[in-house]
Amino acid sequence: MIVDSYRFLPRSFRPFYEGRGPFPGEESPVWAPFEKRLSASRIALLTSAGVYMKESQPTFDLEREDANPEWGDPTWRVIPATARPEDFAFAHLHINPEDMLADPEIALPLRGLAELVDEGVVGGSVVDHVAVMGYQDRGLEDWGHTTAPEIAAHLREQGADALILAPA
Amino acid sequence: MPVLARWIEAAGIPTVVVTMMPAVAEERRTPRIVGVEFPYGHAFGMPHDKAMQRRVLELALRVLAGAASSGTRVDFDTEWPVPLREAYKSWQPKVPSPIVRKLLEARAQAST
Repeated sequence: MIVDSYRFLPRSFRPFYEGRGPFPGEESPVWAPFEKRLSASRIALLTSAGVYMKESQPTFDLEREDANPEWGDPTWRVIPATARPEDFAFAHLHINPEDMLADPEIALPLRGLAELVDEGVVGGSVVDHVAVMGYQDRGLEDWGHTTAPEIAAHLREQGADALILAPA
Repeated sequence: MPVLARWIEAAGIPTVVVTMMPAVAEERRTPRIVGVEFPYGHAFGMPHDKAMQRRVLELALRVLAGAASSGTRVDFDTEWPVPLREAYKSWQPKVPSPIVRKLLEARAQAST
């Protein structure tokens, strides 16, 4: 089946997304070849659901977004592969977090990945996965200049061979 | 999210994006795309449905490891098991987000 990309989107939001083409500077393809076997690769996960470790990390700044609705917190968090569902909180004003709180695997499948590692399908998981909050200002200045390079450096440090990103 | 994938990919790390909006990811030249027709906040499927979550993750890994060129898109062949009206309502925040609130206020002002 071919997915309807707008099935769950309020109709009035559709023009913000549809038919806009590549943004300036994004016209050409990018490509990093996946050169290893999966069974010899270390995989990292990234969610944009605004996940953070509620005992040890600050929340994403939702108060500032409330005061300035065009702005979204551009910072990122490391999420240990060993985190338990009860360790998480979600800070994202654009989605209802109920189902993610009930089962965080739907946003960040730490256990699912660990199972595939145990079975030998995947070589390994990084020690620390990544979380961001996906609502960002249009220009994406902070993500581009700071967050993305920091995440890339983190992934290299973790020995990640590839990254699975899941928007909220 | 597509642009974040492009930046990470450009830094030399292969990526795949699991997304509810694969058509948008294609327009934004995302290198590898898995499309899921799921409500927002549910990239890997239904809560507590381990089998479904595993199939999405396996497809993401297959596309990650086996896509031959940039722009590869494969969609997940399963419909959301909750009726549309209910699913559409339940993913949305209980209180409108600040930007939606601002747009609604602007619209209300324009119509007075």
